Amino acid sequence: MMLPEIPRRSWSQRWHVKGLVGTGILLVLLVASSRMTGVDVGMFFSNFGQFLNLLVRMSSPTWSYTAVIIRPLLETIQMAILGTTIGAAFAIPFAVLSASNLIHNRFLRGVTRLFLDLVRTLPDLLLAAIFVAVFGIGSTAGVVTLAIFSFGMVSKLFYEVIEAIDMGPLEALESVGASKITIIWFAVLPQILNQFVSYFLYTLEINVRASTVLGYLGAGGIGVFLQRSLNEFNYSQTAVIILATLAVVLVIDGVSNHLRRVLL
Amino acid sequence: MKPAPIISFKEVNKIYSNGTVGLKDINFDILRGQFLVVVGLSGAGKSTLLRTINRMHEITSGEITIEDETISDYKGQSLRLLRRKIGMIFQGFNLINRSSVERNVLSGRVSYYPTWKTICGLFTKADREMAVRALQRVQLADKIYTRADELSGGQQQRVAIARTLMQEPKVILADEPVASLDPLTTKTVMDTLQRLNREDNITVIVNLHSVPLARQYADRIIGLRAGELVYDRPIAEVTEADLNEIYVAEAEKA
Ligand SMILES: Nc1ncnc2c1ncn2[C@@H]1O[C@H](COP(=O)(O)OP(=O)(O)O)[C@@H](O)[C@H]1O
Ligand SMILES: [Mg+2]
Repeated sequence: MMLPEIPRRSWSQRWHVKGLVGTGILLVLLVASSRMTGVDVGMFFSNFGQFLNLLVRMSSPTWSYTAVIIRPLLETIQMAILGTTIGAAFAIPFAVLSASNLIHNRFLRGVTRLFLDLVRTLPDLLLAAIFVAVFGIGSTAGVVTLAIFSFGMVSKLFYEVIEAIDMGPLEALESVGASKITIIWFAVLPQILNQFVSYFLYTLEINVRASTVLGYLGAGGIGVFLQRSLNEFNYSQTAVIILATLAVVLVIDGVSNHLRRVLL
Repeated sequence: MKPAPIISFKEVNKIYSNGTVGLKDINFDILRGQFLVVVGLSGAGKSTLLRTINRMHEITSGEITIEDETISDYKGQSLRLLRRKIGMIFQGFNLINRSSVERNVLSGRVSYYPTWKTICGLFTKADREMAVRALQRVQLADKIYTRADELSGGQQQRVAIARTLMQEPKVILADEPVASLDPLTTKTVMDTLQRLNREDNITVIVNLHSVPLARQYADRIIGLRAGELVYDRPIAEVTEADLNEIYVAEAEKA
C-alpha cells in the first residue's frame, strides 16, 4: 500500500525560526528600553522595606470611617454610570459612520476615524485636569472626563462589532425597499445590541476604577477623600477607602459578568 | 392575444469594476405570470441577472424596463417603490436571526411606512393581521413569536417568503432558494413559490442548480454561460439533452 505523500515542512518551519527570532527581538527591546529610560530594577527591591512599612500602617483600618465615605462612594458610582452612558450614546452614531460595511464613502469614514483616534489619544488625567479648570472642583468635571474617555474607547469597540455583522439581513431589507435608517434599525441593531451592552458594562467597570483616580485631581467622588487621607498620612483611613472601592469594583464586576453571560 | 412582457432586457451588459464580465448582450422579455427558471454553472451570471432587476446591481449599458418604465432612472424614493413590487428570496434566507418571526415578516412591509413609524414599530392592525395571513399561507402561523434562528432551514425560507408577501409583489426573484435545503423541504419551498405564481399571478424568476427541479416547476427555462444567454425555451420544448449541454459544454472547457 502506498502511503500518501505528505509535503515536507521547510527548514525554517521545522526549527520554528519565526518564533525564535520574534522572542529574541522582544528580549532585546525589553533590555534596551529599560536601559534607555533609566529604570532601576535594583532600587525597587532595595526600597521594598518602605513599602512593607506602609502596608503595616494600613493594616489597622478605622472602620468607623466607612460611614463617612459611603456618600462619596455612591457619587463615584453615579459619575461612572452617567459618564459611561453619555459617552456610549454619542459613540453609537460615530461607530456607524466609521463602519466600512455601512459607510462606503471613504472620506467620511476616514475623517470620523481620525477624530476618534484623536479623542482616544487624550489621556484621561489630562482631560480631568482641563475640566476641573473649566468646571471647577466637583463631579461635573469627572462626568465630562469619563464621558469623553468612554466615547473614545467605546466607539472603536462598537464599530468593530458592527463590521463583524452578517450582511444578509441588510441585503434583504434593502431589497424590500427599506430606507437606510430603517435598515440599520431592523437589521443592524438586533445583531449588535448584546455586544454593545456587554462593552458598555466593561467600560463602566473601568470607569469606576478610573473615577477614583480622577477624584484625586478634584473631579469629585471618593478620590477626593483618598487624596485627603494620603495628605494627612492617615493610612488607616486610606485602607478603608481602598477596601470599600475594591468591594464596589467587585460587585460591579460580578453584576456585569452575570449580565454578559445572560446576554451572550 | 400575447400577454404583455412585465420585464424586458435590451442589450444589457454588466461589467464589474474589476473587469469581470457579469452579463453580456442580454436580450429577452419575461411575460407577466411566468414561472421562469434560470440555469447555468456557478459563476455564469445568474445572481447578477437577478440583482439587476431590482437594482441591487447596476448595469453598465443597455436598458431594463419593468411595466414599460426604464428602471435605471429611479433613485431614492422611486427606487424603493420599485423594490417594493419585486420580492427577493435568498439562498441563505437572510432573516434577522435574533428577531421574532413576526418582526421578520413585518419588515417586508416597511416600504409602506415613513422611516420614523418603522422605527417606533407603529405597524397598523391591518398589517399585523396581514402578517398572520402571510404566515398562514406558508403554514407557519404557529411560529409567529418564535425567534427566527430557532427554526429549521426550510421554515426560515418560508418565513422569508412570508416577508416577501408583505410587499404585495408583482415579481418574486429567488436566488438559489433551495440550495441549502434537503429534498423534502426543497419541495415545500418550491411548491409554495408555485402556488404564489398560480394563485396570485406573481411572476416568479428562480435561479436553480438542479435540472430536474427546473423541469418540474418552470414554464420556461433560460440558460446562462459566462454571462451570455445561451438557451431560451418554453418547457414543452426543453429536452434533457439540451440542459445537459448547458452544463457539460462548459465543464469540458474548464
Ligand atoms: N461584486 C463582484 N465583483 C466582481 N466580480 C463579481 C462580483 N459578483 C460576481 N462577480 C463575478 O461575476 C460572475 C458572475 O457571478 P454570479 O452572477 O454570482 O454567478 P452565479 O450566480 O451564476 O454563480 C462570476 O465570474 C463572479 O466571480
Ligand atoms: Mg449565484
